[in-house]
Amino acid sequence: MSDSAVELTRLSAADVAALVATGDVSAVEVTSAHLERIAEIDGDVHAFLHVDREGAVAAAQAVDADRSKGKPLGVLAGVPLGLKDVMAMSGIPTTCGSRILEGWRPAYDATVTRRLKDAGIVILGKTNMDEFAMGSSTEHSAYGPTHNPWDLDRIPGGSGGGSAACVASFEAPLAIGTDTGGSIRQPAAVTGTVGVKPTYGGVSRYGLVALASSLDQAGPCARTVLDAALLHSVIAGHDALDSTSIDLPVPDVVSAARRADVAGLRIGVVRELTGEGYQSGVQQRFDESVAMLEGLGADVVEVSCPHFPYALAAYYLILPSECSSNLAKFDGMRYGVRVGDDGNASVEQVMSKTRAAGFGDEVVRRIMLGTYALSAGYYDAFYGQAQKVRTLIARDFEAAFAQCDVLVSPTAPTTAFRLGEKLDDPLAMYLNDIATIPANLAGTPAMSLPIGLAPEDSLPVGLQIMAPAMADERLYNVGAALEAALLAQWGAPLLTSAPALGGVAA
Amino acid sequence: MTAMMVESVLSFDDAVSRYDPVLGLEVHVELGTETKMFCSCPTVFGALANTQTCPTCLGLPGSLPVLNRVAVESAIRIGLALNCKIATWCRFARKNYFYPDMPKNFQTSQYDEPICYDGYLDIEVETADGLMPFRVQIERAHMEEDTGKSTHQGGATGRIHGADYSLVDYNRAGIPLIEIVTKPIEGAGRYAPEVARAYVTALRDLLRALNVSDVKMEQGSLRCDANASLRTSPDAPLGTRTETKNVNSLKSVERAVRYEITRQAARLDAGERIVQETRHWHEDTGVTTSGRSKEEAEDYRYFPEPDLLPIAPALEWIESLRAALPELPAARRTRLMTEWGVSDFEMQSMANAGALDVIEATVAAGGTHAGARKWWMGELARVANEREIELDELEITPVEVARVEALVAAGSLNDKLARQVIDGVLEGAGSPDDVVAARGLVVVSDDAALLAAIEEAIAANPDAAQKIREGKPAAAGALIGAVMKSTRGQADAARVRELLLTHLTTP
Repeated sequence: MSDSAVELTRLSAADVAALVATGDVSAVEVTSAHLERIAEIDGDVHAFLHVDREGAVAAAQAVDADRSKGKPLGVLAGVPLGLKDVMAMSGIPTTCGSRILEGWRPAYDATVTRRLKDAGIVILGKTNMDEFAMGSSTEHSAYGPTHNPWDLDRIPGGSGGGSAACVASFEAPLAIGTDTGGSIRQPAAVTGTVGVKPTYGGVSRYGLVALASSLDQAGPCARTVLDAALLHSVIAGHDALDSTSIDLPVPDVVSAARRADVAGLRIGVVRELTGEGYQSGVQQRFDESVAMLEGLGADVVEVSCPHFPYALAAYYLILPSECSSNLAKFDGMRYGVRVGDDGNASVEQVMSKTRAAGFGDEVVRRIMLGTYALSAGYYDAFYGQAQKVRTLIARDFEAAFAQCDVLVSPTAPTTAFRLGEKLDDPLAMYLNDIATIPANLAGTPAMSLPIGLAPEDSLPVGLQIMAPAMADERLYNVGAALEAALLAQWGAPLLTSAPALGGVAA
Repeated sequence: MTAMMVESVLSFDDAVSRYDPVLGLEVHVELGTETKMFCSCPTVFGALANTQTCPTCLGLPGSLPVLNRVAVESAIRIGLALNCKIATWCRFARKNYFYPDMPKNFQTSQYDEPICYDGYLDIEVETADGLMPFRVQIERAHMEEDTGKSTHQGGATGRIHGADYSLVDYNRAGIPLIEIVTKPIEGAGRYAPEVARAYVTALRDLLRALNVSDVKMEQGSLRCDANASLRTSPDAPLGTRTETKNVNSLKSVERAVRYEITRQAARLDAGERIVQETRHWHEDTGVTTSGRSKEEAEDYRYFPEPDLLPIAPALEWIESLRAALPELPAARRTRLMTEWGVSDFEMQSMANAGALDVIEATVAAGGTHAGARKWWMGELARVANEREIELDELEITPVEVARVEALVAAGSLNDKLARQVIDGVLEGAGSPDDVVAARGLVVVSDDAALLAAIEEAIAANPDAAQKIREGKPAAAGALIGAVMKSTRGQADAARVRELLLTHLTTP
């Protein structure tokens, strides 16, 4: 890989777009540099399940052609991106990390995919994920795990480990993730990148293969807060194809990311999301960042969200319930893998065999949990009760936001754990999402951004910022302010201290 | 075998003398919206299989539903017409079960929050003692999507078990349905089968008046499931019920209920218990056979549909829909009875024949109600019956019938010619005037031409002529007949009679 190509992969999305817009660099050059990077290191990282070289180059050529004709370009035109494999893309394999969808190529684009294409963003391929977005480590992908670029023996988080890892390893400056209980934010935290879960309904779910419909939300993954804001502005906005999409103007996240001023803002530290259960280095970096925000002029207060401790339990009833229904369609009848159709088997037998062979353990576990929770006689005690807890959590947020502009917490209780470490202990795995789940239950937006390395293991730590619904811009304002202060302290972006991959110095 | 035994050992009269039947009717109505419930695919019946589909109605991964506003409007209008309360806030729910004709393996339906509830429909039942008024209480009317349609190939029964393979057409998947469920229908006694039929008939007429569905039972746009149970007396607790499906005509509703009451009574008489199950009605043999057992109720794991927002119809919207409801069948019948001066019974038979619309339209086009009734309930009803179609599907319009009637009234057609004109129109030979012109169908009242024909007739029938001369005018029939024959029916029979008598009796 030439030095100039390496340099192109180190640029922020905003800088790439600026160079492409002026014609100093062609979109094809940018795309080729990233494809080269993928070819070089993705054997080790395994962030991608499918690389669409031809499509990417063609998209880049189209951007260059538009530029040469003087057509106006989108704010991120010519910038490469990794698309989580849960998002439908016409003609391109979309597996959701599952065997059961092997070979399925959608005939349609998700709304997010279409908006990316319309904006001239170059989709490099589909990124790895825990099967149907169930997991916090990407180890539940049927196609093998993704490795954390900071330490290839560690998990990149999940479910969107592929999206976070491709950004962290400079395979793409941007990626799309989806976040049902933390699947954008926790991978961002453990890979030293930025990830945002927008307000529920802020980004269309049309074409996003549903895990839990009332919780799923797509959002941006990037290396800087501004890049995330730019991507957010491209994908967000009302969509008539998604009934839960909010028909209001998109919060001005890009201006907020450029403002980066927390003076006079009230920032609440959520008492229930600190202390016990949080790794010491995580807690330490978090406390330092809070002090830094205070130093930047913010009023920091401690707030209590008394029902947050019940969020995990409620989540693991609501999510499996919805997922047991959402995943019922995968039965081998119309698309994807079909097993056991020997000419004698009944339709029920073929469905049953297909699902047994096509789904991994974690998927089966959650389908069974959800089937049980929705069963007659159990519904009120499980699903019904969980929905009540959900309401209480939303009220906790309301009360907290009456006192504060934003809330903060560590994104995840620990830094990246080792591959295989928690694979046999689902409950330990689930605890990773303890701080991220409340925002999904309440439908409120939240961001994770890198705040340093834990002293004990030199692995990235993330800080979570939470804002009220449709106040996504507050995340970017606070995130960008903290990012700038940290950068000034560090002298260089955190990712420059990540180890080299593929023998190339970082 | 059981079925045949039942028929031989117990009559329906015996059954209802010993047991009190309780019914419950579930009617599914396919709405006539242009697009499906949750996507913009067209709903035209009979299109090539799987051509009216998209990612949403195929349930493809990532697709999402968007609610059809017209379907909600239709549901509310149906509810209002059925005297229901309209929910101020309600949701869809997912009904989860696996079946290949259901693309998502759940049906988006409504569960414990139906959009319409607590209504009633007043009906009139034809009985041996005359018309009996009866009120059927409505439990609920809710919205749901239809499933695809499976066709099972090979095998003897046409059902999935034993079939070699099955074909699924998803054109029907996602068509908006309204399911209208009655409360237990009690107190109908021996008239339970007639009540069932009258209810479905009245409901069909109501839905037709609302113009929300084409309500064709044979095409499945109106489907009825009939629940029936027996108890020893009206005070006894409800018995175990069966649900009879595949009841595809109004007549079948009555027959299936009658059969099921008789069958259950025979079982109970024999000391057996009724199995809670789905039963299939067989139109050809007139029996029901056992289907899926419902002894262990299937658990549909209902929960609120998270992909759709709750429905909260504004009060002003509901009231504007109520104000815009058309005249409903009961009110209309009362009005027409007065306007046309017909009896309850005549009105009922016109309604049963589905003739009210066409008769009223014929009157509106200038016909008399007596004339319109004569044609539509007579000749045209006969033809429609022969062809097994509805009156409004005939190749003749009320305007054309009114025109024929006007020609008769003006004396240019007699009854026989008029029938020929109508036959011509039905054959597609054009308008009544086209047929008249093309076939030269016009009453001959030109005296000279008629006299010539009369002379011929007299010459051919001297005996009859002699009798008339002898003062026996009753013999004129044969001569008039001969004249009509020789003029191919076009003669004005009254004028022929007049001329004939004058000719033979004037010295």
